[in-house]
This record gives sequence, structure tokens and C-alpha cells, in this order.
Amino acid sequence: MIDVKGLTKSFGNHLVLDHIDQHIHPGEKVVVIGPSGSGKSTFLRCLNLLETPTSGSITFQGQEITDPKADINAVRRQMGMVFQHFNLFPNMTIRKNITLAPVQTRLMSQAEADDAATALLRRVNLEEKADAYPAQLSGGQKQRIAIVRALAMKPKLMLFDEPTSALDPEMVGEVLAVMKELADEGMTMVVVTHEMGFAREVGTRVLFMDGGKILEEDEPHAFFAHPKEPRTIEFLSKVL
Amino acid sequence: MDLAYYYELWRGMMLSKDPAVAAEWWQVFFVRFYQAFLENDRWQQYLRGVGTTLCVTAIALCIGVVLGVLVAVVRTAHDQQRPGRRNVLLGAVNFVCRVYVTIIRGTPMMVQILIMGMVIFSSSRNYTMVGALTLGINSGAYVAEIIRGGLMSLDPGQMEAGRSLGLGYFDTMRFIVIPQAFKAILPSLGNEFIVLLKDTSMISVIGGQELIKAARDIINRTYDAMFPLIGSAVIYLVLVMIFSWLQGILERRLRQSDRR
Repeated sequence: MIDVKGLTKSFGNHLVLDHIDQHIHPGEKVVVIGPSGSGKSTFLRCLNLLETPTSGSITFQGQEITDPKADINAVRRQMGMVFQHFNLFPNMTIRKNITLAPVQTRLMSQAEADDAATALLRRVNLEEKADAYPAQLSGGQKQRIAIVRALAMKPKLMLFDEPTSALDPEMVGEVLAVMKELADEGMTMVVVTHEMGFAREVGTRVLFMDGGKILEEDEPHAFFAHPKEPRTIEFLSKVL
Repeated sequence: MDLAYYYELWRGMMLSKDPAVAAEWWQVFFVRFYQAFLENDRWQQYLRGVGTTLCVTAIALCIGVVLGVLVAVVRTAHDQQRPGRRNVLLGAVNFVCRVYVTIIRGTPMMVQILIMGMVIFSSSRNYTMVGALTLGINSGAYVAEIIRGGLMSLDPGQMEAGRSLGLGYFDTMRFIVIPQAFKAILPSLGNEFIVLLKDTSMISVIGGQELIKAARDIINRTYDAMFPLIGSAVIYLVLVMIFSWLQGILERRLRQSDRR
């Protein structure tokens, strides 16, 4: 589904991603873990070109999106993204937050989008918040809205950038539950997270990144039971 | 007739217990007042002046806001380009915008009005419109910087969220960034509007027919400056207070989404 070849990103002289090769298959739930500053968020943000790679290529469903001629907006419509700080639009109601993009990109009419929004809100049990503003919601509610806002575009792939890191511990569970449900429905997901429990339970593959490289990757049970690299062992001993 | 003259008269009235002196003071006061505002229906001259002042302000505001938004969007778009994908055309337009802002902010408004009225449009007789155009061009440079500040102060995550949903740069600007930036810059914009309203008085130097020009015409007729000038000052003050009140209402309405 996504094919990454020789992906390199540097900010000035600082090399953040160092020749990453990776292939993500449809239906996979790839969990990216690693210490902060390891480049995992940058890797995720390169996948929908929020960061422009310094070199290397990314191919999404057969189309090279790093090609300067690629229609980046059309590509992004097929990839949902959820941010650490939610990034809901504070000047709009929840319903408007969800329907804005589908309507403006002519994916749906306003009426269709409103129906879709109601269905999505029902799914995360926030139906009654449709006419509230983001400032009136808790962190967990905001992040659930951010997830369904991305889903309203009917994406083929969902990118999660530390979706629970800015939440109170109490609220982590409700967000992870929505993500797990999404995973069970077969959505292809790439998740950067520090939630090892989620990685183990939901992930189909775990990538461990450090120093801009993918040091180790494996199926989660084997990964957590028998890490091979010394750096991975050290990291896991600190977080588990 | 200056303030000292009125003061001397007033002091004489206070020192003397003679009611005739007091009556003389009030007489002078009312004659001057009558000459400044009522004789020959002069209040209509002020009224026409106020009308022109408001009209010039409105025209200049429209020109200023349109220019300001254009310049601010160009400059922000230029500064927010992804590195390595510099657009040459955008670079050129951005350069023009920077020259414009530098020149307008770097020269006195009075000089700009004189140049527009006496050099560039020296053959035009429509002084008021030349003045309005000058004020608009001047205001645009300041509005551009105010808007640019608002656009740059917004959390970059808002732009990223819009773009990640597949909205284009200009759609994201239009629906997400600009409405939020507008709320943030409203106090500064209100300030700029008030400055603009008061600066319309300067177009009288090239013959613009606004409030101060009316006051000066009347001074030339009656040889009394105090009432026309203080009267004009009061009119400006009232206009600004009305506007500040309206701005307060608008700000409260825009704060709707902040309620918890």
C-alpha cells in the first residue's frame, strides 16, 4: 500500500531520518515506538508529506507521491491523520469540524456529510456534542472527534501521531478503544505511540526506531518477548 | 479670538459683581457659538464634512483591507513555502509587496498625500477621492502587517490539520486560518480604523472637502477658531466612541466559540 524507499530527512545539518526502507501492506497495523527524537513522528509526517523528504521516494497505491507533480491534496484525502494535540478547529462546531473537508472537497453534499457526521458521532458516543465547540470538550472527547473527523473523508489509511500523549491517563482508554475498534474493522493504520499495551494487543507489526533508523521490527509478541538489538532491550527495559 | 481672550473676559466676569459684565460674557459666548454653528446654516457645512469624512473612511477602509489581505496572504504564503520548492512568481510578487510596505511605512502620511495630490494626480480636481485613495493605500500597508501577524501567530497545527484532510492551501486559509486570525487581530484592526478615521483630516491639505476643511472655511469667514475646532474635535470623539462600542459588540459575538 505504501512503499518507502531510501527516505531521508534532515533539518539543516541534523539528520532525522536516515535512508528508511519500509513497506506497509493493506490491513496492517504498524506501531512505531522509540525514544523521543528518534524520528518516528517525522517518519509518520513524511508519509503524508507534512514534512517534505530531503531524498528518497514514497509510493502510495502505485503513485509516487514524492514526485513534485503529484496532486498532494488528492493523496492526503485518502490518508487520515490524527495529531497529538487534536488540532480541532476551535472556531467551528463539532459537526462543522467533521463536515468541512468532505463538503469542500466535493466528496459529499452538505446533507450527506451531516448524516455521515451524525453516524460517526454516534459511533464514538458523542452524538449530543454535535453543536458544541471544541473548547467545551474534554481531551479524550476531542481526540475521538479528531479521529472521526479524519474518518469522514473515508480514508484508506490512518496515521496516528502519539494520539494519547497529551491526554490525562483517565482518558487514554476511551481513545484507544476507538482505535482498536477501527483496527478490528480492517483499517490500515500506522501508529506512533508510547502505549506498549496497545502495540502488543492491536499491532500486527512493531517498528523500533532510534537515531533516524528502524533498528528492529517484528510481530509484536515476538518483539516484546525476544527483542534482539541491545538498544531495543535497553529501551523496553525502561518503558515496560 | 483665542482662549486668552475668553479667559480675560471670564476673569473680568468673576472679579466683578456687576451682572452687566456677566451678561456681556454670555453674550460674546453665544454670538461666537451662533456664528460658528448656526449663522447661514453653517451646521450643514459640518454635517456635509462629517458625511465626506465617513465616506472617505469607508472607501479608504475597503481599499486598505483588500490591499492588506492580499499583501499579507502573499507574504505569509511566501514565508511558509516548503523549502526546496520556492515559487519564482511568488517570490517576485512578495518582493513587490515588501517594497510597497517599506515605502508606505517609511514616509510620512502628509508627504504621501501631498505627492498624490500635487504630483501624481496634479491634474485631477476630485481632491476628496484622491485623498481617499491615498489613505487606502497607506492603510493597506499597516493592515497587511497586522494581518500577517495574526496569520503567523496561529498554531501551525491548524494549517496542518486542514491540509491533512485534503484541503488546499487557500481553502485552509479561507475556512480555518483567516477566521481565527481575524478574531485575534480585531483589536488592532479597530485601532487602525480609528487612526484612519482621524487621519482623513489630513486630506484637507490637498483640498479634500471633509470636516476640518469645513471648519477652516468657517474660521476664515468668522475669524474665530475656537468653536469650529473644538466642535470638530467633539465630533471626531463621538464618532470614535460610537465605533469603539460597535467593535466591542462584534468582539463579544466572535468570542461565542470560547464559551465553555
